[in-house]
Amino acid sequence: MASAIAAATAPPTGAQHSVLLLRRANDYLAATLRARYRVLSFYDSGAPLPAFLAASAATEPEPPRAALVVGGGAIRVDAAFLDAAPYLRCVVTTAAGLDHVDLAECARRGVLVAGAGEVFSTDVADHAVGLLIDVLRNVSAADRYVRRGLWPVQGDYPLGSKLGGKRVGIIGLGSIGSSIAKRLKALGCVIQYHSRRPKDTVSFKYFHDVISLATESDALIVACALNDQTRHIVNKEVLGALGKDGVVVNIARGGNIDEAELISALREGKIAGAGLDVFEKEPVVPAEFFSMDNVVLTGHEAVFTTESGSDLCDLMIGNLEAFFDGRPLLTPVLPK
Amino acid sequence: METTPQSPADEKPLVFLAQPLFPEFAAALAGRYRFVLAAATSAEARVLLVPGLAPVTAQQLGRLPALELVAGTSVGVDHVDLDTCRSRGLIVTNAGPAFAVDSADYAVGLVVAVLRRVAAVDAYVRRGRWAADGDYPLATKVSGKRVGIVGLGNIGSRVARRLAAFGCAVSYHSRSPKPASPYTFVPALLDLAAGSDVLVLSCALTDETKHMVNREVMEALGKDGVLINVGRGGLVDEPELVRCLREGALGGAGLDVYENEPAVPPELFDMDNVVLSDHRAVITPESIRGALEVVTANLDAFFSGRPLVSPVQL
Repeated sequence: MASAIAAATAPPTGAQHSVLLLRRANDYLAATLRARYRVLSFYDSGAPLPAFLAASAATEPEPPRAALVVGGGAIRVDAAFLDAAPYLRCVVTTAAGLDHVDLAECARRGVLVAGAGEVFSTDVADHAVGLLIDVLRNVSAADRYVRRGLWPVQGDYPLGSKLGGKRVGIIGLGSIGSSIAKRLKALGCVIQYHSRRPKDTVSFKYFHDVISLATESDALIVACALNDQTRHIVNKEVLGALGKDGVVVNIARGGNIDEAELISALREGKIAGAGLDVFEKEPVVPAEFFSMDNVVLTGHEAVFTTESGSDLCDLMIGNLEAFFDGRPLLTPVLPK
Repeated sequence: METTPQSPADEKPLVFLAQPLFPEFAAALAGRYRFVLAAATSAEARVLLVPGLAPVTAQQLGRLPALELVAGTSVGVDHVDLDTCRSRGLIVTNAGPAFAVDSADYAVGLVVAVLRRVAAVDAYVRRGRWAADGDYPLATKVSGKRVGIVGLGNIGSRVARRLAAFGCAVSYHSRSPKPASPYTFVPALLDLAAGSDVLVLSCALTDETKHMVNREVMEALGKDGVLINVGRGGLVDEPELVRCLREGALGGAGLDVYENEPAVPPELFDMDNVVLSDHRAVITPESIRGALEVVTANLDAFFSGRPLVSPVQL
């Protein structure tokens, strides 16, 4: 393929390959990149994206063939983007999700895409389980209560509910979903799941659709990718099926849940609680949640820990080096 | 609370109460026993049921000369004068494993909440600060942390199993090693603290363990170390804990118990690296039912002369 041949060609001796940096970089990442590549930083340029991409075409001795992007919706690698940067042959993303990359467009143009592999899985899983325990056992709510000095005055905060024996329905049993399952099993939960296809390597009960999963679950954990099929996969019907004692935890994408319906369901007591790390319009969180004691809110931090940051840097650099050396990507999303 | 004697055939066993019963207990045990609040001397009382954590003193025990069994409904029995019980040859029972699972679950919840700053971020988001001020600073990974458990009994062993599933490396300290346990035994608490990122307290409060977590231990745990206490407040030198947290000598804490509940040192209220709860680790409706079953089993066993279910070693 033309892209692979172009990638394998080394630049003139002494020069570095150029790389587009379309995300904020911490010191470690910035230093590591600059040691190896000529870095064209979008956020440092201050220019609007189309101007930045156009100007980058003129880079000497060669335009940047690889770009580092992050998720979160700030920049979409779609047809318009790729039209503005036809010199790009490889996109390295470090988001746990891929909804910001139009994979079909990239495939059509022969652009390689490297993902985050399993770097995030343990941290997201840890956080998901933390959220579930928090919602069921009122950890954050009790913390608020004690801090307000209410314990001596009003007595004990209301009881939470036992984790052991709860039927937890996981939507999406990829590496994050599986890591969640492993932790919850140790906590005595019964694991069941829905995904596009059943996994024959696991013994958990499989449900063909989310409504039947919700009907037979005490808690739902959303751990699937966001795409056209999974937008609002947790909707009014699913919340209704989950029921008034059920709770939902979302560490995937805000768009996986119909946020307005979730708010109604919580307001009307149609479900018992929720633990949310992601929202439809981050960082805006609907104020209706703020007065709900049966909801735990975190700021899209499931993936981010100080340790995963450096793991991620290493993975990004590893993918860039593989691309420029003409080797297969370490964590390829495209080609499949 | 029937006290007038009925005919011998109808007479339900007499159980004295150290304090009034919770409604759930009263409902479950009604009809099986006669309950009397032990406010005064009673020559008849063979059993004293202790429904809560109010102190049971030498004086109170002294007013019950026929006493044989002190039946607690909690896991910890440090609120009972155990020296007096020991010298009088009284048996003391506790709630056995009834609360163990829920305590262990909560301890794990506290570990994640402190390391991943869940409660602090929740407060941050609720105040609208995510949109206004940007991301909360990074928290730290749970997986791979070295966890030291103090007391590998019913609760501690369950905490160990759960955190091992998170990919944590687990070691423990207790009075004696548990040969059947797969975890590493560390003979000295100070060494356990020095070699751990997270120290979980799940042991009984006794004369030997009182203030076992002192400044030295906390400094050994260190500025990135986290202390989790689901045992008893008295295990920790609380004023020293506050100082260590304030000075950054200790990295963080998750506390379910305190030296003078419900009083919580107010200096902790504005610390983001601390998660506070109101002695709720043990309590879920299911665990209360479980405790009731253990208490009932102990009372039944006592009155029919069978071995008790959960005697405490005095």
